[in-house]
Order: sequence, then C-alpha cells, then structure tokens
Amino acid sequence: MANVQRKIPAPTPTPETEAFWKATADGTFLVRRCTACGKPHWYPRAICPFCMSDKTEWVESKGTGRIYSYSVMRRAAEPYAIAYVTLDEGTTMLTNLVQCDFDALKIGQAVKLVLMPTEGGPPVPCFTPA
Amino acid sequence: MTIKGKAYIAGAYEHPTRKAPDKSLAQLHAEVAIGALADAGLTKDDVDGYFCAGDAPGMGPLSMVDYLNLRVRHVDSTDVGGSSYLLHVAHAAEAIAAGKCRVALITLAGRPRSEGMATGTQPRAGNLAQPDVQFEYPYGVTVANAYAMVAMRHMHEFGTTSEQLAWIKVAASHHAQHNPHAMLRDVVTVADVVNSPMVADPLHRLDCCVISDGGGALLVVAPEVAKSLKRPLVKVIGAGEAPKGQLGGAVDLTYSGARYSGAAAFAEAGVKPSDIKYASIYDSFTITVLMQLEDLGFCAKGEGGKFVADGNLISGVGKLPFNTDGGGLCNNHPANRGGITKVIEAVRQLRGEAHPAVQVRNCDVALAHGTGGLLGTRHGSATLIMERE
Repeated sequence: MANVQRKIPAPTPTPETEAFWKATADGTFLVRRCTACGKPHWYPRAICPFCMSDKTEWVESKGTGRIYSYSVMRRAAEPYAIAYVTLDEGTTMLTNLVQCDFDALKIGQAVKLVLMPTEGGPPVPCFTPA
Repeated sequence: MTIKGKAYIAGAYEHPTRKAPDKSLAQLHAEVAIGALADAGLTKDDVDGYFCAGDAPGMGPLSMVDYLNLRVRHVDSTDVGGSSYLLHVAHAAEAIAAGKCRVALITLAGRPRSEGMATGTQPRAGNLAQPDVQFEYPYGVTVANAYAMVAMRHMHEFGTTSEQLAWIKVAASHHAQHNPHAMLRDVVTVADVVNSPMVADPLHRLDCCVISDGGGALLVVAPEVAKSLKRPLVKVIGAGEAPKGQLGGAVDLTYSGARYSGAAAFAEAGVKPSDIKYASIYDSFTITVLMQLEDLGFCAKGEGGKFVADGNLISGVGKLPFNTDGGGLCNNHPANRGGITKVIEAVRQLRGEAHPAVQVRNCDVALAHGTGGLLGTRHGSATLIMERE
C-alpha cells in the first residue's frame, strides 16, 4: 500500500466524448451502448463498432468488474499497474489499478471503480480491489 | 490473382551500424539503399517503385524520393509499425504483378539510440485526434507494459512460465554470438533472463529487444529482372496481413493478427508450417515470438511455452531455427522497427549466405513475420513466405 501514486496526465476530450468527461467530473462513470444491437462497447464512440449504427447512448456503469490482465510497470519513478478490466456490463477497458498492494493483484479478481484526479483535467476511471 | 511467383527479392542489405550519432536519418536511408542496390547488382536508375513507412523523414515517401532523386512510377508508405516492411514486400509484389513497377526499393532507418529515446518504457501521447489516446495515454500505456499484459494473460490461461519465455532470448543469444555486428553477443542462460531486473511484470529486462540505430533495405523485382542478375533467386510465394485491435471492447489477448495473416500466407504459398525450414519471427519481446509461433500454426494455441523450451529455436539444435542473426532481442532493432531485418535474414538463409555456424541446411522455404505497434492494444501483423528457386 506504500505505493506513491503517479501523476495522471489529463485526458483530452473530443466532441464525441465531452459528455463522458463532464460526467466523470460530476462523479459518474458512463459507458456507451448501442440501442440498435443492444451491445455496450469500449472505448466510447458515436458509431457502434459492432453494427455501425449511430443510435448509441450513454448509460451509467455499475463500476464493478474483474481484472482481465494487468502489468505493474516497475521501470518508472512511481511504479503503477496498468490493466484491462472487464466490466459487469460485459465490455473490457484499459485502466489503472490503484490504492492497492501491487504484489497481491490477480487476474479474475473483483474490482470497483475509483475516479482518480488528473493533472488539470477531469478524473479518469480506475479500479481497486472490491 | 496471386502474388505467388510474381516477384523476387533480389537485394537485401542491413546497415552494420548500431549507433550513428554522426549521420542524418535521410543519410541512413540512402546508405541502405546503396547497399541493397550493390547487393543486387542494380543501379538507382533501375528503381521505379519506392516504399517506406513512418520512420522515413517527411510526408510519406516524398522527402526520401526527393533526397534520393528517384524517378518512380509507384509509391506506398503504408505504416503498420515494425511490420510495415514485410507488408511492403507483399505490396511491391502486387504492384509488380499488376505491371505498376519492376524494381521496388524498400528502406528503413532510424537513430533512437543516438536520440536517447526511452523507447519501451515511456508513455507517449501520440496524436490527440487518435480516438483511443484519451482513454489510454492517461493510464501510462508503454510498449513494454502493453506487451506484458499479453504475457500475463498467456501465463494465466495456459500456464506459460517466465523460464519458457526466457528460452526465446537464450536461443537468440546463441545465434548472436556469431554475428560480429550484434549489439549483445554474449550467450545468456534462462537464469540470466529471469534474474534480470523486472521492467513490466512479467517481462524482465532480457525479455526485451535492443534499442539500436541503423536500418536496412530490400529490392523486390519482377521475375525477368531477377533472372538477369547474378544473385540466387529468392521468390515471394505467399503473403498475408491483418491488423488487430481491442475488438470494440471484446478484448482477447490470447491471439494476435498472425492467426489471419499467417493462414492467408500459407494458403497462397501452398505450404504448411512443417514445410518451413527457417523462420524470422518478430521479437520485440520474448512474448511476441511465443504468440506468433502459436498463431502461425507452428504449435497449438497454449503450447508455445513447451515449443520454445530446451533450445527448440536454436539452429542446429532445435526443430525450428529462428532469427539466426540474433534478432531484435540481441542483434538489431533499427528505428524500433524490426520488420526489415526479419526479411533480410530470411533472404540470407535462402541464399545460403547466413553465418556458417547458423546456416540451415537445404533451406528452401522460409517464413518471415512481423508484429507492429502494440500487441496489447492494437497491432499490425504481416506474414511473408519465400522460396529458393
């Protein structure tokens, strides 16, 4: 738990993702879902990557999931854990695992959302063991 | 329509430098072009097609065509990272088959070592219009940790071990000892690899390739041109390409684009993995090799760890001699893009011009495969099969 948290660079929103980043600033984590085929996807797009429909919408995520894979970057001033987390909604996202013992992480482990502050931008969705 | 037999690799040249602080990037591209032309016995005026990727300075091919003062009728600067140059060979063969050019020059060069790039361990923001950047750069994606997540999942899913991955480096080092230009010529052991410092779990320092300056060039030519020259005939018989990404969030790190590019190349060539006498397999990291060997069909999915163990990739020892120049792991990874050196060593093997200590006997069919970009996020995959005629 003694890890010093690395400073997280701010994400740069595009017109397609402004609502997503405004939501994280308000404490909410959204995923994008297609109303035509019903599937959620990641990263969020206006156009569904499965059926190319433009009938996509924001839905609030439960913010829970499991670690699909991860790696602790040791060759860094402040080591950090990069990961893919599969959300309970069924889509898998790139993220960081934070506020945890890096040596105790395991694939398949249940995790929950933590919105982590960034340097001068909206917070980014990260995860910590549930 | 096929490219099988429609083009030959008549010139291949690897720059001997591994550190070039005194040369410009354009100059390195020009030096490798000279080397490949001399190897083939052709001149600048014979070149009517030019291929390069993102390592070339300037807009696509324009600056290098101008620097070299080429008069070409076909250009292609498709950039799929380190796999670009294998794809360029295939695209050159297509262009030759379609009559768009007869002598295609492909160049790669770079000087990341002189420029002091923290190539594999530094997050890079890239172009902010790239749709994935805002969802990845904040998290510190680097080359090393993106590949490391693939290794971590492979270990979880199939029980692959660090010791098995280490055998890939061990095999490369056995070959590099015979290459006077290789950056790392000392033979290493499995223990050396697993005891080297951890970079990104589970990849150690010795699981990673070298960072080198340098470059290479190839000449892909029409059959009648190849047959007019004095070099052994190396024929392109099959190729495949396949980008792969995160599949809209249905992420699956257990396979790479090689599953598709390899199948396409084998089908076109009409050969099987068991026909391949020598394989150049992209080795940015040990895990890159393991994944590609499985996806290309040299062993079943999940069996890569057992396949590479106990020296099976060492020439003269194992069943599948790989990267007999020492590969990116020990010899050279110019411009952080190892695709061209993969083709060059395969050409040496098919010509019988590899170092005698690593030359594969009766090497009549060889494969070269490249993975460009990041295996763990999005990557290009290109497979090439060549035959000695």
